[in-house]
Amino acid sequence: MKIPLYYNYRNLLARKLTTAFTVGGIALVVFVFCAVLMLTAGLKKTLVATGSDDNAIIIRKASQNELSSYITRDQIPIIESQPEIALGEDGKPMSAGELYVLISLKKSKTGDAGNVVVRGVGPASIKLRSKVKLIAGRMFTEGLPEVIMGKSTAERFEGAELGGSLRFASQNWRVVGIFEANRSGFESEVWGDINQMLGSFNRPVFSSMTVKLVDPKKFQEFKKRLESDPRLSVDVKREKEYYADQSYAMSTFISILGMVISVIFSFGAIIGAMITMYATVSNRSSEIGTLRALGFRRRSILSSFLVESTMLSLIGGLLGILVASILTQVTISTTNWDTFSELAFGFAVTPEIVGYSLVFALVMGVVGGFLPSVRAARMNILAALRAE
Amino acid sequence: MKILKLAVKNAGRHKLRTGLTIVGLAVAVMAFGLIRTVIDAWYAGAEASAPDRLVSRNAVNIIFPLPLSYKEQIAKVPGVEKITYAHWMGAYYVDPKQFFANFAVDHNTFLDLFPENILDSASLAKFKAERTAAICGQILADRFGWKVGDRVRLIGTIYAGNWDLTLVGIYKGRDKTTDESAFFMRWDYLDENLRATVSSRAGYVGWYTFKISNPNDAARISAVVDSMFKNSLAETLTETERAFQLSFVAMSGTIIKSLQIVSYLIIGIILLVLTNTMAMAARERISEYAVMKTLGFRPKHLIGLITGESLFIGIFGGILGMLLVFPMAGGFGEAMKYFFPVFGVKPQTLLLAGIFSLAVGLLASIFPVVRAVRISIVDGLRKVG
Repeated sequence: MKIPLYYNYRNLLARKLTTAFTVGGIALVVFVFCAVLMLTAGLKKTLVATGSDDNAIIIRKASQNELSSYITRDQIPIIESQPEIALGEDGKPMSAGELYVLISLKKSKTGDAGNVVVRGVGPASIKLRSKVKLIAGRMFTEGLPEVIMGKSTAERFEGAELGGSLRFASQNWRVVGIFEANRSGFESEVWGDINQMLGSFNRPVFSSMTVKLVDPKKFQEFKKRLESDPRLSVDVKREKEYYADQSYAMSTFISILGMVISVIFSFGAIIGAMITMYATVSNRSSEIGTLRALGFRRRSILSSFLVESTMLSLIGGLLGILVASILTQVTISTTNWDTFSELAFGFAVTPEIVGYSLVFALVMGVVGGFLPSVRAARMNILAALRAE
Repeated sequence: MKILKLAVKNAGRHKLRTGLTIVGLAVAVMAFGLIRTVIDAWYAGAEASAPDRLVSRNAVNIIFPLPLSYKEQIAKVPGVEKITYAHWMGAYYVDPKQFFANFAVDHNTFLDLFPENILDSASLAKFKAERTAAICGQILADRFGWKVGDRVRLIGTIYAGNWDLTLVGIYKGRDKTTDESAFFMRWDYLDENLRATVSSRAGYVGWYTFKISNPNDAARISAVVDSMFKNSLAETLTETERAFQLSFVAMSGTIIKSLQIVSYLIIGIILLVLTNTMAMAARERISEYAVMKTLGFRPKHLIGLITGESLFIGIFGGILGMLLVFPMAGGFGEAMKYFFPVFGVKPQTLLLAGIFSLAVGLLASIFPVVRAVRISIVDGLRKVG
């Protein structure tokens, strides 16, 4: 016969302080565990959101990213003439040769320098990125030293606010608009007119080219043809994969370090649960004896104590997840090592993360509660009853 | 003194609980030490920098180069002793995900400016003689299994193509803080190639490093250099090598900050565990405290008793944790040696860990002490388990 859950519940209530400490410890550990997973998920989500399924990006062979890539002007028509590229309303191919450089801007909060992406964009660029929307000000004027700012950049850097002015490439650039891009990596960029920028940065070549495909399924053919074209020497990637790849170094680092920390932390929490449960068992010796005398079996005692420690860990786990979910309101910004540029991203919760965190909490409770429960179950009835 | 003895004896009454608490503390202190060491590893480059070295780079961003012609102009500034230059190659060996730092440097002056990289004279002579020569640090050589004389093919990302080089020497670090995981090829080999392929990119360097005779002149000389190139196509930003290195550290500032927060959270967890243990002990012994009060023991004795026990556990766990930091940091450093070429526990870390153990010991006893001191004798005696 099972011992009622109510018994465990009353027990946890009776020792409020100890319960609170144990739950607090477990909650802290689950919080850290959950936060790490959320950060990795947030980083990936931001970068995956940056790419679009039907866009492809073309960079110079082996250049790995736009920063070290270049596409010469004579290569542009070769790429644009491919039949897989969609045509716009104006009948022109939906393709944009872009410039991608980094400038150093001062963070308004800390005064540290951050590397910010400046992207020189053409008329097709905006159409290729349907998520990009102006939320303040206006579009830059072609031929003028004007830029529009990604929301994250505008919030974080000196002179990057609407109406502000930035100095780079021997010119002052006026900030005339702020754009939003569905919380993607573009929000960490600065956009300006491609021709104006090529001139100011004294660059004869584009960095990369982005095109929209008529049919995303035709990507492989498109890729094969361009990559084997002897006039080009380029790598072609799906835009989504290209950006997703950029989370590699950072997410690996966060995951490994986060897991090491979580394991070490959980050790502390398990010990905390163990201490609590051992104390519970020894405090309740006579209760255990009484229960046994009433006819409850050893395994009922064992499961009752296990259930109690699981309850502890479950409350702790839920609390940890609850506090961690507040983090979704926080956006952090750091240098993405894969691109050497500043990227703002948030914490993202997914059902899997909640599941993992709960399992993690339960494991801590079961591991911490097991030995004390065994001790309780193995108690001799007479000795237990005789205990004070 | 007697009280202290009693406190230690009390700690031994529940051997299992005290043991578990000490283990928990030790693990937490170890984790704290490990995280602080990881944070310190970030600053290794800045620590290793010399106060008399300045770095000039393009003011817009480090990714933009500077013309080679600046070299003579900077060298002429009074107070500048020696100058060298380097370029970030960003190339990879076989696998693009296996990152390592590789530079193109001026073979004639590079080692004069960076004497902490020790290279035997025969290797140096070869490096100066052969255009395709390259040198690398011991850790990097071990990582890829390179030996002196090997042909090494780097695949360029910033500078397209295959760079076939001959490893002519492996340098060792003079100090513990010297990075032994970098790779250096010759700048003139890079430049000659660029001249033939993309001539618009030839004749540029990534940054200049120069030695000044008096470190106190750093600010003045920086200003002089920067003013020379003001309003040119490539304006410079000159700062000390340390500031230059710190600007890279600052890029990961958010990560470092979250690590710091985590390291304090750990202290929070130990505090919870120890407070729990002490609260339990005090709760079990309430009637004892009442008896002691009846016998005439003053509150200060009770404070000594409880705080003494808490401190005992705190110090014991703390010391154990500090001892554990070394093997743990050793293992972690070995596993991450390509990421953190310089990794070692600092005395400050141990000091901080010690202070925190003591503080946790003290704080954990506050709650039980208040309870024990406040309780009236009658209530205490009446209390059952």
